[in-house]
Amino acid sequence: MPLIKIRDLHFYRGNRAIFEGVNIDIERGKVTAIMGPSGTGKTTLLKLIGGQLRPDKGTIEVDGQNVHKLSRSDLYELRKRMGMLFQSGALLTDLTVYDNVAFPLREHTDLPESMIRDLVLMKLQAVGLRNARNLQPAELSGGMARRVALARAVALEPMMIMYDEPFTGQDPISMGTLVNLIHRMNDAMGLTSIVVSHDVAETAEIADYIYLLSGGKIIEHGSPVQLRRSGSQWVQQFMQGLPDGPVPFHYAGPGFKEDLLKPEEYA
Amino acid sequence: MIKLIRSLGRWGLGTFERLGRGHLFLMHILAGIPGLFLRFSLVIQQVYSVGVLSLLIILISGLFVGMVLGLQGYNTLVDFGAEESLGVLVSLSLVRELGPVVSALLFAGRAGSALTAEIGLMKSTEQLSGMEMMAVDPIRRVIAPRFMAGLISMPLLAAIFSAVGIIGAFLVGHGLLGVDDGAFWSQMQAKTDFYDDIMNGVIKSVVFGFVVTWIALFEGHDATPTSEGVGRATTRTVVHSAFAILGLDFVLTALMFGDE
Repeated sequence: MPLIKIRDLHFYRGNRAIFEGVNIDIERGKVTAIMGPSGTGKTTLLKLIGGQLRPDKGTIEVDGQNVHKLSRSDLYELRKRMGMLFQSGALLTDLTVYDNVAFPLREHTDLPESMIRDLVLMKLQAVGLRNARNLQPAELSGGMARRVALARAVALEPMMIMYDEPFTGQDPISMGTLVNLIHRMNDAMGLTSIVVSHDVAETAEIADYIYLLSGGKIIEHGSPVQLRRSGSQWVQQFMQGLPDGPVPFHYAGPGFKEDLLKPEEYA
Repeated sequence: MIKLIRSLGRWGLGTFERLGRGHLFLMHILAGIPGLFLRFSLVIQQVYSVGVLSLLIILISGLFVGMVLGLQGYNTLVDFGAEESLGVLVSLSLVRELGPVVSALLFAGRAGSALTAEIGLMKSTEQLSGMEMMAVDPIRRVIAPRFMAGLISMPLLAAIFSAVGIIGAFLVGHGLLGVDDGAFWSQMQAKTDFYDDIMNGVIKSVVFGFVVTWIALFEGHDATPTSEGVGRATTRTVVHSAFAILGLDFVLTALMFGDE
């Protein structure tokens, strides 16, 4: 049974449809990527899974529980078993790196400080930032902030982690570090990972399965190899990053020739 | 014409919707307050940043307001040969009116805007969202302690403002203008009533603290999560707080002193 089962998901922002009949299965223990152009609602999907937004139609089940039918306290119980890594890291700016990682432990457990210290140091060691524990979030680079956020996300030993655009705006070294970490964490901790991204190469490297989203629908899904072999022109354009194709280079509107021939518009 | 009516309707609906959200937000905060007594250190931290850090502006403004009151009051009273009543004049105007009102306006400018900016930035950097996903309710963990701190700080700041103001008036009245110090203090003691004057002032400042902190936190929490949105929310906090303070001051004054 998949860990997350999304069926017939519909979600609207005002009159704009973000999702129209989306079905997704996220298998346990695997890294599943959700990819698609900017503005297709990839982050919205994570917020729907986490219960921060409600779908207009359809169901989302996490570990057999319908997220949007849970009471507030049950939802919070479920969230303790879900980790989420935000694009910005979302570290609490008034706390040090150490206190940020300790935050969920202090909020949700009655562990003594000595044990919290051991746990925090273990998590920070795993992301390579044990010696950065006394820094403030403002002193970290973007990649380091994401690694701290990752340490924090796994502090409560969740069953799954959702990564929101983990590679955006990273230099090659921190990109490589993050790719490696996501892969290692998934295998070492027996996690289920969902990676939302549009960095094709990095994501395809670690994903076991990829869903391609566009215009509110799943365009294609399959393993990275299957997607590369897909006959769909759209999939080829996206996977290879071609500037023109089914997604046109020019914003939709009247032709260039027509425009040039009626200069009176600006007279 | 239709356009005007339509935009008026949209504005009205928008206003009522925001009011509704503001009240739901308040309910949520109030529900989180009992839990704070178990973790009072969270409130203490906020009393420092909301209250203690506002002390300087309150002290300086209080001193100057008191000194001006001393000068102006003396000039008026001396025509009637009643300059010995300077103490009463100053203490009543400060304790009943200027203390709560001016310190609340300063509080809105200093602490209220800081609260809005802080919460708005936490929202735009996804810190609040992140907390929710860590199964920590940001309203209980972040907002409620700040609300409580505002409620505690405001009456104390107003009291300090009044006290410093009275000292300022005494310095000017006695030191500069030669009002008899015995008369200054004894008339003040005789004519300032604990319940009618001081307690009513305290009630006012509690109400102002409640409203200003509520507005500031709501504006921050409701801000559009961009730098422009946070900036606008901060401005709204100061403007709405000022309206609320002055409007409520009239209502409270009418209720408290209207039948005298």
